[in-house]
Amino acid sequence: MTAAEKYNWEPLCKREDLVAGSGVCALLGGEQVALFYLPDEEPAIYALGNRDPIGGANVLSRGIVGDIGGELVVASPLYKQHFSLRSGACLEDEAIKVEVYSVRLDGDSVLIAR
Amino acid sequence: MDSTKTQRRIVVVGNGMVGHHFVASLVEAATGDHITVIGEEPRPAYDRVHLSDVFAGRSAEDLAMATRETYQGWGVDAHFGDPAIAIEREAKVVVTELGRRFAYDKLVLATGSYPFVPPVPGADNDRCLTYRTIDDLGAIKAKARHSKVGVVVGGGLLGLECANALKNLGLQTHVVEFAPGLMGVQIDEGGSRMLRRKIEALEVQVHTSKNTSRIVAGTDTALSMEFADETSLATDMIVFSAGIRPRDDLARKAELGVGERGGIVIDYKCKTSDADIFAIGECALFGGRIYGLVAPGYRMAEAVASQLAQREGSFQGADMSTKLKLLGVDVGSIGDAHGRSEGSMSFVFSDEREDCYKRLVTSGDGKQLLGAVLVGDCEDYDTLLQYYLNGIELPADPQGLILPASSGQPLLGVSALPATATICSCHNVTKGDVIGAIDGGCCSLVEVKGETSASTGCGGCSAMLKSLVEDELGARGVTVDKSLCEHFPYTRQELYHLARIGEVKSFTELLAAHGKGRGCDICKPTVASIMASLWNEHILAPAHVGLQDTNDTFMANMQKDGTYSVVPRIAGGEITPEKLLVLGKVAQDYGLYTKITGGQRIDLFGARLEQLPAIWAELVAAGFETGHAYGKSLRTIKSCVGSSWCRYGVQDSVGMAIRLENRYKGLRSPHKLKSAVSGCTRECAEAQSKDFGVIATEHGWNLYICGNGGMKPRHADLFATDLDDDTLISYIDRFLMFYIRTADRLQRTSVWMDNLEGGIEYLRQVIIEDSLGIAAELEAQMALVVDTYQCEWKATLEDPAKLKRFRQFVNSEEPDNGVVFVQERQQIRPARAEERLRLVAVAK
Repeated sequence: MTAAEKYNWEPLCKREDLVAGSGVCALLGGEQVALFYLPDEEPAIYALGNRDPIGGANVLSRGIVGDIGGELVVASPLYKQHFSLRSGACLEDEAIKVEVYSVRLDGDSVLIAR
Repeated sequence: MDSTKTQRRIVVVGNGMVGHHFVASLVEAATGDHITVIGEEPRPAYDRVHLSDVFAGRSAEDLAMATRETYQGWGVDAHFGDPAIAIEREAKVVVTELGRRFAYDKLVLATGSYPFVPPVPGADNDRCLTYRTIDDLGAIKAKARHSKVGVVVGGGLLGLECANALKNLGLQTHVVEFAPGLMGVQIDEGGSRMLRRKIEALEVQVHTSKNTSRIVAGTDTALSMEFADETSLATDMIVFSAGIRPRDDLARKAELGVGERGGIVIDYKCKTSDADIFAIGECALFGGRIYGLVAPGYRMAEAVASQLAQREGSFQGADMSTKLKLLGVDVGSIGDAHGRSEGSMSFVFSDEREDCYKRLVTSGDGKQLLGAVLVGDCEDYDTLLQYYLNGIELPADPQGLILPASSGQPLLGVSALPATATICSCHNVTKGDVIGAIDGGCCSLVEVKGETSASTGCGGCSAMLKSLVEDELGARGVTVDKSLCEHFPYTRQELYHLARIGEVKSFTELLAAHGKGRGCDICKPTVASIMASLWNEHILAPAHVGLQDTNDTFMANMQKDGTYSVVPRIAGGEITPEKLLVLGKVAQDYGLYTKITGGQRIDLFGARLEQLPAIWAELVAAGFETGHAYGKSLRTIKSCVGSSWCRYGVQDSVGMAIRLENRYKGLRSPHKLKSAVSGCTRECAEAQSKDFGVIATEHGWNLYICGNGGMKPRHADLFATDLDDDTLISYIDRFLMFYIRTADRLQRTSVWMDNLEGGIEYLRQVIIEDSLGIAAELEAQMALVVDTYQCEWKATLEDPAKLKRFRQFVNSEEPDNGVVFVQERQQIRPARAEERLRLVAVAK
């Protein structure tokens, strides 16, 4: 059994809902999930909690995606702190972390692990 | 106990530039003295050197070096408009015209000079004036109103300044000089000829070797000047500016030593024949000489202040080398300009096509520079002055120093200068001072400027200072990293050129060609802005959408709670009642908070992401366009109501503001751009605090540039005067495009200007004289941006693919439950954290 098969994968949205090189937000139960789609990367999709813990608003999906020293990050649109797309860690303040979700693409579907 | 009784009492008579500089120097030395200033003029000291600027649009206040509040703040007792009339040396008291008496322990005379009026019959006519004070300017202006022709008597430095003033007042201007050449003191015959040629090209008539014998009533004009050679000149007014004479009457009456031809005699400590009385500036005679420039006066002032602070201080004479701009012509004079030193040699370069003249005077062996004359091109002035002042040995072929640069002669590197070399003569900063500042921890040009004041006066030394600072930092192993970010080892300016020359149209292409990694929140929006300035494609086109800051992505301004504010364009601040009602209706329907902005528009706050398209559909239907409040782009052009309604307006400022705003709307730039148009000099639109500001004159428009309000206010610089509509627009086109091409990321025009080598003069050359030959290109590029303008919101509403992004959730219609409002003053505002907890608890 592969790692992926251990989880219970649930469809979240469609691939066409994503915006290449940028982020969108999806609702998972009551939680807001920021989805980032980077077609040239492996993997091509990343998911973080949408809430910016520093600014206190649900906006991370609207940040600019890029890399800092090779680490894929999103910059919060409020005060520009960077959060790692892989670990959720804030590069400016190691005490701060946002939720990381496991997501993958399956054909036209975006699946999220529960 | 009254502290003034124990304090030493210093009285300063005269509050010109030098008198003021003395007070400032003494206050800075913190001697604890009680200082009294007695000034004859009704206002505190002002910059006399730039007097003619008042006719080019600068106000008298702009020239002020101090205000009454300045002196109050320093604890200085200052009296203006009441001249000193006597010194009672026995009692050590100065008496004023109003009979006030001021006791002194030390007295400083800084009474300056007065303009010399030759004893010519008729010179007392009320159309004969002098040029020395702000009040003189008022009189000149009043007479000029009823004159067509004006004559300046005197072809020296001040006379030519004055001719500039008359020309700016729109008079046919003549200069009459007694000597055979212009500026005979500072420049040689060849230089003088070139200067004359250049000035006559500006339609100022020059008459030399003219000895005025009398002034009589004219036939077609008010006056006629008759000369000894039996020629005459018709004119409506005459201004005498034929040299200065020291004001030593006060000293004479007090029986202080004065020179045969006037001037209060001082020694090297600036002491007069009375040990408790000093004299400084143009009233003082040192070594048989009056120093008629401001810099030596300043050195005298500092020498006295230093002695009063119990330190060494002396005046040893001063170098009279000078660089200036007369009627727009660059003139430089160094040392022995006439080659009068025994055994000296000269090298002369004269170019009548480029209209420039240069002469070097060297010692007989060609190794030392003794003097120089530069007319029409002063670029070599700084280098030559360093050779001269520091006695640096000249290269084997000194003529190379004045030949055009293509001949390959290297300029004198700043590293070759000794530590004593003066870098900034306005603030007397040496190379050693600059090095000291860097040793003391300064790590940038800006810090060095702040620490030493170097290059904050006339700015003439800015290029030299920059290279010195860079050399010194380099020598200490401090490399100045100008990379935009880790992905691009280039500045914004360099990236702009790479994109323009290579016709690169996307971030991906640019990154592949010139960068590394994947980009970040610094370089992506920067490149997006460059792409927009160059090619002006829609910012939400697939290639650009991931590059934009959230404000650009959603074409609205994100607020602290993640909602957005909406600002439709209201060009020039003019809006119909119907449109006002639409804004009110939209705000009401969507429950938005409304506020009037500083830029004469209306801001609607609290819109959720998913509401933006519906809000904009209503606004666009009512004829509104996006206001670009979210972009690094043109924001607003404020206006006052102008000549259409206002009793004082002289031009239609609203019409011009609307025309400009509609022209430049949507223009992407390194930072936001703001502007304003005022309909008269009362300046109600505050144009002088804008990136570009326009103020109406009776003849057209004055253009001001690089002003700023906000965090670091900067008064805009007057760039050009009395422009017609089309010239105004072509200058603004060139200015904005040149800024967009050359500025750093997030660099406002004000900071850009402060860092621009050559400052406003350089900018005038590029924009007005087209010295780089790019004016047509800049205008063409602006035309492209203007022609390809689209309302980004209108285009977005027409494109379902772009609209898809305006959803809070891609998989749900729910709103963001993190957005919670409370009411305040009958409107909404975001709930604070504690309010939010309470509200959510109640809801549960």
